[in-house]
Amino acid sequence: MPAQSIWTLLSWGPDGWSDDIAYGALVTIALALATLPIGLTIGFFVAWAKQSEEPSLRLAANIYTTVFRGLPELVTLFLFFFGMPILLQYVIRLFKPEATIDVDSFIAGMIVLSLIFSSYSSEVFLSAFRAIPKGQYEGGYAIGLSKWQTMRKVILPQLLRIAFPGLENCWLSLLKDTALVSVVNLAETLRNAGVAARVTKHAFLFYSFAALVFLALAILSSIATGFILRSLGRREAR
Amino acid sequence: MSVSQAIDVDRPPPQARGWPRARIIGYLLVGFWIAFGFGIIAYLIGAWNGEFFARYAPAYLQGLGTTLALVVISMILGAILSLPVTYCRMSRNRFLSGLAYCYVYFFRGTPLLVQVYLIYYGLGSFRVQLESVGLWWFFREAFNCGVFAFALNTAAYQAEILRGAIESVPRGQWEGAASLGLHKLQTLRKVVLPQAIIVALRPYGNELVLMIKASAIVAIITVYDLMGNAKLAYAKSFDFQAYVWVAIVYLVMVEILRHGVEWIERRITVHLHR
Repeated sequence: MPAQSIWTLLSWGPDGWSDDIAYGALVTIALALATLPIGLTIGFFVAWAKQSEEPSLRLAANIYTTVFRGLPELVTLFLFFFGMPILLQYVIRLFKPEATIDVDSFIAGMIVLSLIFSSYSSEVFLSAFRAIPKGQYEGGYAIGLSKWQTMRKVILPQLLRIAFPGLENCWLSLLKDTALVSVVNLAETLRNAGVAARVTKHAFLFYSFAALVFLALAILSSIATGFILRSLGRREAR
Repeated sequence: MSVSQAIDVDRPPPQARGWPRARIIGYLLVGFWIAFGFGIIAYLIGAWNGEFFARYAPAYLQGLGTTLALVVISMILGAILSLPVTYCRMSRNRFLSGLAYCYVYFFRGTPLLVQVYLIYYGLGSFRVQLESVGLWWFFREAFNCGVFAFALNTAAYQAEILRGAIESVPRGQWEGAASLGLHKLQTLRKVVLPQAIIVALRPYGNELVLMIKASAIVAIITVYDLMGNAKLAYAKSFDFQAYVWVAIVYLVMVEILRHGVEWIERRITVHLHR
């Protein structure tokens, strides 16, 4: 291959790598956005269990966060990526011998990131739960709402507003953790930048590019969350 | 209102009896965890392989040593490096504080894996220049690159911890010390830092735990730390217990550290509790 200028390498199209890395960035965003609702839901229920009066519920929730906050993200990812096919195969062969299972790296990444994200966000939700006075629950029960209705219509709106800044941090670390899924061959930003680096031998250039993509995503998210926070604040004031 | 009535009102509600829904779900979940734990133990017993153990247990131990060395060295280097960063970040000089802000933002805003790649693979692009400066021998080793990247990364986090802790000490403490005639360094050392350390201990402990967890990623750049040895064992034997064992070791390590930090915190804040 003839020596190409840096600008050709960074161009958009068959000679350049910008389009590949932009596609990778889309995968990164898709992975993070797909993880977010699952992680938030699990995190909310784990936090709810943690502040429950029932000791067995608290114990189960504490085991959950201890395990998934204590394990390194990479170990969790490998456990699932290599362990899930073994387990699924074992189960499926009971019904249908000769079946083979392959786990998609996007799905594996999504599950693992949801587990990690939910165990961190549950801590944020828990401290938000503690900030809500007991009278809010009692008021809800007093006007005849059921436990679930009180939670959904009275507590949850306040909870989200209090938890928002903490959840923003969780989101930022989720964005960064998506880079780990490149290790199990998901073609996201870092993976594509790595391919470009190996092919063109311009490692520093392309890894810096990947770093800038992640920085840009972080800056974009803080702009977006600032916007959401302002609109939340306005609604509060009205 | 009589006294007995007041006591009646203040008494906490009695524990729910019977089987409310929360208890059923709770027991089910705990039962699931117990089954899961027994499942893992059964798997490890069923998959027990004396040969595997004899072959890889020493490697795991060595890997544990590498992991701990990596974390300890980079934590210490990061702590040293975080001092000038904190100083710049807190200084009134716009240029210095902007520079420190960019440093911290970069290292906190990008994934550690990207930073490690940038140093291990990226600096390889500058091999000729590095050789001419005489630094190539350092960046040739994956372990050194890992330490370098981790130290830079943790310095950014530690600088923020230190800044937060120092700013948590009220201004009146500085002013009081100044009125007693202590100069700035003395104030920092004898008045501010002892108060700041109590605030900073927990975040420092968290940072240490995060570093231990993050250190697993150096396995990807061919360092044979704990995770690296697990990867090697799995690649050679295709035995899944390689990862199960490493997960157990990490979990135990992190739990010991977390409880250790909590114990220290309880000890040094004894005078604050009543």
